[in-house]
Amino acid sequence: MKNSIAERVAEFLKRYPPFNLINAASLLLIAEQVSIIYLEKGDTIFKNGDINHDCFYVVRDGAISLYYKNGDVNEITNIHDTGDLFGLRALIAKTPYHLNATANEESIIYAIPISIFQSVTDKSVNIQKYLITAFASNDYTPYTSEQAGKIFVDYIPSNSQDVVSFQTANYTKAPITCSTSSTLKSAAKKMCAHKIGCIIVIDTYKKPVGIITNSDIKNKIATGLFPIETKVTQIMSSPVITAKKDLTVADGQLQMIKNSIGHLCITKDGTVNSKLIGVLTHHDVLTSLGNNPTAILKDIKRAKRTKKLRAARHKANGLLKSYLEQNIPLSHIIKIISQINDAVTVRAIDLAILKMPTPPPVSFTWLALGSQGRREQLLFTDQDNALIFENVSKKDYAATKDYFLELSKLVNKTLNKVGFEYCEADMMASNPEWCKSLLEWQDQFKTWILNPDEKAILLSSVFFDYNAVYGNTTFTDKITDTIFNTLNEAYLFYKFLGRDAVKSPSPLGFFKQFLIEQNGEQKELFNIKSRAIMPLVDAARLLILNKQIKGVNNTYERFEKLAALEPENSELYESCSYAFKALSKFKTKQGLLNSNSGKFINLKTLTKEEKLKLRRCFKPIHEIQDVLINRFDLKNFI
Amino acid sequence: MISWFKKRKKDYPEFWLDYLEHFKDIKKTPINETRFVAFDTETTGFDRKKDRILSIGAVAFVNKRIPVNQSLELYLEQDIFNPETVKIHEIMKSSDFVKISELEAIKVFLDYIKNAILVAHHANFDKTMMNEMLSRNGLGKLKNKFIDTGVLYNKSKHKIYQENLKEHYYLDDLCEELNVPKVDRHTANGDALITAIVFLKILARLDKRKNLKWSYLLGK
Repeated sequence: MKNSIAERVAEFLKRYPPFNLINAASLLLIAEQVSIIYLEKGDTIFKNGDINHDCFYVVRDGAISLYYKNGDVNEITNIHDTGDLFGLRALIAKTPYHLNATANEESIIYAIPISIFQSVTDKSVNIQKYLITAFASNDYTPYTSEQAGKIFVDYIPSNSQDVVSFQTANYTKAPITCSTSSTLKSAAKKMCAHKIGCIIVIDTYKKPVGIITNSDIKNKIATGLFPIETKVTQIMSSPVITAKKDLTVADGQLQMIKNSIGHLCITKDGTVNSKLIGVLTHHDVLTSLGNNPTAILKDIKRAKRTKKLRAARHKANGLLKSYLEQNIPLSHIIKIISQINDAVTVRAIDLAILKMPTPPPVSFTWLALGSQGRREQLLFTDQDNALIFENVSKKDYAATKDYFLELSKLVNKTLNKVGFEYCEADMMASNPEWCKSLLEWQDQFKTWILNPDEKAILLSSVFFDYNAVYGNTTFTDKITDTIFNTLNEAYLFYKFLGRDAVKSPSPLGFFKQFLIEQNGEQKELFNIKSRAIMPLVDAARLLILNKQIKGVNNTYERFEKLAALEPENSELYESCSYAFKALSKFKTKQGLLNSNSGKFINLKTLTKEEKLKLRRCFKPIHEIQDVLINRFDLKNFI
Repeated sequence: MISWFKKRKKDYPEFWLDYLEHFKDIKKTPINETRFVAFDTETTGFDRKKDRILSIGAVAFVNKRIPVNQSLELYLEQDIFNPETVKIHEIMKSSDFVKISELEAIKVFLDYIKNAILVAHHANFDKTMMNEMLSRNGLGKLKNKFIDTGVLYNKSKHKIYQENLKEHYYLDDLCEELNVPKVDRHTANGDALITAIVFLKILARLDKRKNLKWSYLLGK
């Protein structure tokens, strides 16, 4: 019987190895036996130690991460995208699974029974060869990447084995080169175009003869020593230091220190007399060694594909973990992670603009909202964002809006791939409601303030914490002005916000025990976000709006500002600031431990000391809610 | 009167009685253990009396897993032909698919769905067309529970957007919104698979917020 679905499955598979090596009829036989599996983010396909399934998997849509547990932490070995194959090693080796596989985002995968695959491909040498290579690489590489990278990085003392140092260095494979006849000017242009700090001069046999770095240009050209039309051969450093491609990270670093250089040329036989195949930079060494904000930011800025962007952002989680372990002040950690999150957004927008058929028709601003808008987002959370575009004439409006909606869609999609889930409430720039002209936004905020209702208050908790991440910041200044001007006429709005801020009572219960969340499946768990963190965030927003303070977005900074403005209440405000930081840290640690948002805390897992600490944080929540009730006269309004 | 009923019941063919058998003492199963069948029909048009079903596509799934070899794809022999709709579904009168009679298709379809929960986009239309076909062949109505993906989608939208929901979503709209690749649109089988994935995605969104209950899922 005809089976159109099987035909489509076969059409998809044949685009990827090893299926491209299988003839159409056989492939159809395989496709008919496939199961299509839908996975929600976080769904598990198999776990370490599970008996192997009778099938292996191919990603149709989405991404699957493979990881192993290192103590309490999940070390990701690979993230598989569309067309990638996984879960095969255990089948061939006939052992239980070694790794864990979970959906990194919403995904669809194909499960392919090994029996049909083997019976169809039994005689194909090519396919066997492919499978053997797949064994040797892919998710089967022994644990690469950042697990041991904490050795050489600033203020992180050595605490784990330096396995990475003895791994093969991951050098840049297609180095940027110029010929010996080039002028310095053309070489410099090439370096600019590729955003790199060095260029290798090669001869006609592609052998490296010299190198020009940024500092050569600074020292020899900018000082006037040579004109910019100079031949590269006149100012290049020569000869270059070379190495073989199987060089380890540790060796690479040693060579660099020994020769006080920042770049090693990788050649075919490791000498200057063979073809150049790559360059190992000091930056490469640092990135393989791990977590360093500068390296991560550089990776983000250079990322040309979502996959690279995601890899860079995932490194930041490692950084976050080690910072928390080191007890680095949370305010410092927040600043670095916010910087990284903003950089990811900026890069995602840059990439999206390149994908659009034309550049943006008018100027625009990308707003981060909610926790990213407050710049206090540490782990991956839902994305909340919006877009303001310049006011345009009526006849251009529709086309302009369409353009930005299309752009936003691309950006939202990239951010989702990177790890920021789509906002459940669709508060994203790709929603026509949240992609508007400056004038429309000014009206929108006025409406929210002057006609407060349940919906307006629900939205204001997200939309009143905005931060311009990309583009024209004068737009946000104008919106801030509009808000403050309108607030002068709107006492009711404060009351509504106030009511919202005190609606969940501080979690100190009658018997000085925690109120544990009653509803839903999280029965044993305490929702630290809605019960403890959000009341502080809401209170800080209300008080700072009331004081008409511009540009202070962090909750803890808002409380510090308030402490300075009202010395009589400074003690309370400072303890709120402290409580906010302590609770955020708590939530982040929980989140890293369980690879989720850390929202829910299982009280059973807490030590007595931690419980006491938590309880101490609840006291200021209670007190600040009293302040709000008195100040905004909420007693009869609640 | 009673004897007339009895007589009619006896007249029902064996396969229809077998189908009804599946609805005797149904036990409630958890959602993730329940068999769903997503299906779609391609028709000659939208008139329940005049128009006919040209093809039926269906996929069955339990707990997010859709086995390809258990999908159903039927092409029906019909005398009625509407050149207008051929553009959409590309089933020509003389296409060389293996075609079967309505009665044969009903037999296969009923045996396939059994007592599964049926999922369709604009379920009412497919339900009506199926029931018309059943009655033309002297049979009763479908006994299965139905879920309409369009209705279900509205339930999944956040409460702040509840006031401006659309009455009517095209399957294409949902594909856009939920990021479902539109492969094989307008073949009954392809649309059935898309409907299944759309359904699973909406289900995931609904379940994030609360423990999903059958009453909520099946309610209007």
